[in-house]
Amino acid sequence: MRARRLFSAVGAIAVCLVSWPVGADQLVLIPSTTTVSIASNYVGASIAVFGAVSTPSQEPPDYDAVITVTGPRQTLIVRRKRRMLGIWVNADSRTFADIPSFLFVLSNRPLNAIATTTNPNRNRIGLEQALALAPENDRDRAFGAALIDIESERGVYSEKTDAITFFSPTVFRADVAVSSNALIGAYDIDAKLFSKGELVAHSRSAFELVKTGTVQFIAAAARNDGLLYGFSVALMALGMGWLASIVFQRE
Amino acid sequence: MEIFLPIADQPANVLVLLALGVAVGFLGAMFGVGGGFLMTPLLVFLGIGPAVAVASSANYMAASSFSGALSYWRRRMVDLKLALTLFAGGLLGTFSGVWLFTKLRALGQLDLLISVSYLVLLTAVGGFMLTEGLLAIWRQRRGGSLVRRRPGARSWVHGLPFKIRFTQSKIYISAIPVCLIGYLMGALGAIMGFGGGFLLVPMLIYVLRVPTTTVIGTSNVLTMATMVIATISHAATSHLVDGVLALFLMIGGVTGAQFGARAAQRIPAERLRFLLGLLVLAVGVRFAVELLARPDNLFSIRPAVEVVP
Repeated sequence: MRARRLFSAVGAIAVCLVSWPVGADQLVLIPSTTTVSIASNYVGASIAVFGAVSTPSQEPPDYDAVITVTGPRQTLIVRRKRRMLGIWVNADSRTFADIPSFLFVLSNRPLNAIATTTNPNRNRIGLEQALALAPENDRDRAFGAALIDIESERGVYSEKTDAITFFSPTVFRADVAVSSNALIGAYDIDAKLFSKGELVAHSRSAFELVKTGTVQFIAAAARNDGLLYGFSVALMALGMGWLASIVFQRE
Repeated sequence: MEIFLPIADQPANVLVLLALGVAVGFLGAMFGVGGGFLMTPLLVFLGIGPAVAVASSANYMAASSFSGALSYWRRRMVDLKLALTLFAGGLLGTFSGVWLFTKLRALGQLDLLISVSYLVLLTAVGGFMLTEGLLAIWRQRRGGSLVRRRPGARSWVHGLPFKIRFTQSKIYISAIPVCLIGYLMGALGAIMGFGGGFLLVPMLIYVLRVPTTTVIGTSNVLTMATMVIATISHAATSHLVDGVLALFLMIGGVTGAQFGARAAQRIPAERLRFLLGLLVLAVGVRFAVELLARPDNLFSIRPAVEVVP
């Protein structure tokens, strides 16, 4: 995993060196935290991502920024209900393999205004582009739309065109609201800087969602020692029942 | 006051969980059933995943039924021999229930099975109890006799072999129907996350002719035993028992149960049966509406293999 990330980082740098002239715009990303701890009082987290542009020109142009935050990948099954024998049952389904469990596309302006001169697909911005759904027919389109709808409602997918604020022409801030149902794991922050519709700089960063303290202890016990954990919670139940019958014993 | 549930993987309000426990504990103790048939649907209603709800409410049921069993034991209202014979079947039932639960979850039809089983069982049992209760109340109004159980009455059940004498309950009956009822309770409990008290109590009364003095205490012992086994097997196979969730439900539940038991003493038995029938039927109808009405969103989403964090 680390090797792959290193490889892609090296690759990205190589691409930058080849394709961009010396003295091109550079983008630096700084997330407010790199580790979000899930303790027993966790109800979600808010992460600020700061971006700074260094440019050789004396008068920087108007920049646009698009930040894509991608959470751990998972395989999801979307099911469609159909009426059979009078009851609504799951009839057909479509599996979305290896798609992000968390996907935020944040920008300072509507995406189609930012990438007017370029094809938005080429730079892969926007929810559908990031998911690479590529629907081939109406059925695919319906399932893809349902996926985005449901995940948006759960707060794990979002496309916000006013979530990035430029403090000055070269400094901006984006706010990422990590909802409490977001999966634990590594989150990638991918930022693209545009000027007059052209991609001028690209930068990446990351943060991680980890369980800590008792939450981590209980989750690990349940996963690693299921039987032992089962005996402990069953004993806890019996203990509670016994305690109650002692405490409330009246006659 | 929010607390993050480590297995359900979501925060929940502690006060809501405690209140849910109090309400279910109160109703369960008032009617002499565990109340698991209310707990699982209510947890799902709160947004807990169905699989975690089933597994965790089994854990809750272990606590509430043990507390009930102890208080009936002190009053010598438990037929331990009958409970153990039922449990012999129940043990086998629990294992097959947990096995089926895991298989169906992989097939993606677990929700449907849970909904349909709830619908069929609850409307049937609820409707039956409601009519029974209504008839009893009506008969009482007309000044008729309330005696329903004729101790000497024999049915086909009494013709079966392998008879055992249960001295505490003063019945002499074949072990076959006893074990079968236990098996059914164990299997249903593991799949649907309830102890089945609302089903077991009428079966013990109407099929096995167990007297009302020992029926609730015995049912509590069986529920406690099957729910302990269900908790352990769910924890070992699906890893979805949320101990923190169950703990708050238990604290509320055992408290509510005390008030429920006191309330029950002030309400006549046939009225209680009628009210329980009404409640059971209401939950059943809610499942019917869910299955029959067009859902708001035809689409639903589920991880292909549920990630155990």
